[in-house]
Amino acid sequence: MTTPGTHPESGPGGGPGSGGGPRVFLVDDHGLFRSGVRSELGGQVEVVGEADDVEPAIALIAQTLPDVVLLDVHLPGGGGQAVVTATKATHPQVRFLALSASDAPEDVIAVIRAGARGYVTKTISGADLVDAVRRVAAGDAVFSPRLAGFVLDAFAAAPAVSGASPSFDPELDQLTPREREVLRLIARGYTYREIARELYISVKTVESHVSSVLRKLQLSTRHQLTRWAAERRLT
Amino acid sequence: MEERTGWPSYRYRRRGLLGWARGPRGGGPWRRTREDRLAGGVAAGLASRTGFDVNVVRLAFIVATLVTGGFLAVCYVLAWLLVPADGMDGNIASRAVTDRRGIAAAAGLGSLTLTLWIIAKVLGAGWLSGLTWPVGLCVVGIVLIWRNAPADEQATMRQLSEPVLAVTRGEGRPRILLRALVAALLLIGGLVALLSGNHRVAILRPLVGVVLVIAAIVVVFGPWWLRIARDLVLERQARARAEERADMAARVHDSVLQTLALIQRRADDPQRVIQLARAQERELRSWLFDGRAPGSLDDMTVADGVRLIQQEVEAQHGIAVEAVTVGDCELDDDLSALLAAAREATVNAAKWSGADVVSVFAEVEPAEVSLFVRDRGRGFDPEAVPEDRKGLAESVHARMARRGGSAAVRSVPGEGTEVSLTMPRTAGERQPSRA
Repeated sequence: MTTPGTHPESGPGGGPGSGGGPRVFLVDDHGLFRSGVRSELGGQVEVVGEADDVEPAIALIAQTLPDVVLLDVHLPGGGGQAVVTATKATHPQVRFLALSASDAPEDVIAVIRAGARGYVTKTISGADLVDAVRRVAAGDAVFSPRLAGFVLDAFAAAPAVSGASPSFDPELDQLTPREREVLRLIARGYTYREIARELYISVKTVESHVSSVLRKLQLSTRHQLTRWAAERRLT
Repeated sequence: MEERTGWPSYRYRRRGLLGWARGPRGGGPWRRTREDRLAGGVAAGLASRTGFDVNVVRLAFIVATLVTGGFLAVCYVLAWLLVPADGMDGNIASRAVTDRRGIAAAAGLGSLTLTLWIIAKVLGAGWLSGLTWPVGLCVVGIVLIWRNAPADEQATMRQLSEPVLAVTRGEGRPRILLRALVAALLLIGGLVALLSGNHRVAILRPLVGVVLVIAAIVVVFGPWWLRIARDLVLERQARARAEERADMAARVHDSVLQTLALIQRRADDPQRVIQLARAQERELRSWLFDGRAPGSLDDMTVADGVRLIQQEVEAQHGIAVEAVTVGDCELDDDLSALLAAAREATVNAAKWSGADVVSVFAEVEPAEVSLFVRDRGRGFDPEAVPEDRKGLAESVHARMARRGGSAAVRSVPGEGTEVSLTMPRTAGERQPSRA
């Protein structure tokens, strides 16, 4: 059951965005939510298509090649990360922004680790969502307060006891104090601009800290991270 | 020696090589200074008036006190009573005159000193009797000051007397030892005084007389002294009761008054009003009859508590609450107080900020739990909040302070408000959070 993009201006596999904004593809199993997002993003970005499940999403994304895919974490035919993994293998230039209403952290972390550039909750306001899409399109990472909280939690405990994780890499498996500070402020509801002002650094520096955290989150083989996610799943 | 070095304040005066430099004199009448004071600020006031260094004046005071056998200490206390403090119009004595219970207590203590003096005289311990009257007068003066001084001076005095009071209360072993030591010193001192008065064993005869005199005095003054002791106890109880009342007022403000305000606002929605009233009734009952704080549940963790706040505020005020918790631990009384303060701050943001989302972030660390409540609403000027608006001032600040935590409010008109709360953790290990 496919719901191909029927937006008038969205030519399949069309060239560079003509509406000025980034070209966006929606993947969500709730039609109501898709149309809601469509009207909220209205005009500011170009919605090139939408899909309601994993299989059609993979096919249509390969066809339309959007800049950013807004991806629901939970899909009936498997987690959102299946879409990310499949698309990344063939079209690495497509960027993903994860969206979810519920907050099962292991799902969110799984989508991020699969390659999504950020995560926001569905309660996000229209303006903030447009901002987040633009950021991801520009190659930056987008962390919602909740994701910042998850990451702080996952990287919180002291490194696993020596020997327990022979692959422990201090470069990847722990956050710097500055990154921690930035994440804390995100979790407190600060925007990048407010964080920059608070820490006396530039917005660009804040962005690079967040990107570096995202890289660690995606590449770390941290023992702690997997165990933490497993613990979350248990309860 | 440099005189008038041009330094703006006497605090920063330079000291000459050959001695203590004398700085510029202050004008105006003699006042006790509030800053730079050790006890009453008499020396500091004198110093800033005469231009001498505070420490020189203090040293002179101490030496003079020793030389005059305590006479100057009495002068100090008198000055404390009679010289008004900086920025006050009246002195303490003018207020003490109308303090009848204070005068009674002072007179009681005075009579006690008088008794001691008589005993010393009878025993022929001249040095002791010489020491007794200045000590007695000082004690009388200090009692009057204690009862009538402004709040900030009382705080200073309480701080000074903390170690002394600590000896008289509490059970700990070291304290009992300390008390025994003090008693032993007094006993030895008394015996030495006795023996120095009369070298013969014949002292036993006058001793009987002394005991009789003491007995007589105790019979006369005893009840009075007892009443003074009881008054002191009553005063302490009164303070405890006042604190309890403040706690209760804060709780009633949080629950009952908030609900009543909500009911007034939703008067046109009977279903909602009934719901609110029922919830409030349940909460009040559990507090009054089961001794549980409003909104508290047993076996809750910090994350549960934050989620509860989120649900309640979202339901009652129709505003989105973005709640993030990092780490988790069981709630104890201190952390419950932290959550109660957080709830108050969140409700406040929901009601007044005008923002449509409030962010709550709690982080449990091994040593402390910090909690931030932030909105991007209209904000306010923290300096301009009127005294009678109890919300933030009493509920949040005082509640945190009572438990050893701290609270800070940062708000910029037009940019929003952030309330930061921190509570040190008393016990318990960090444990992984649960979803």
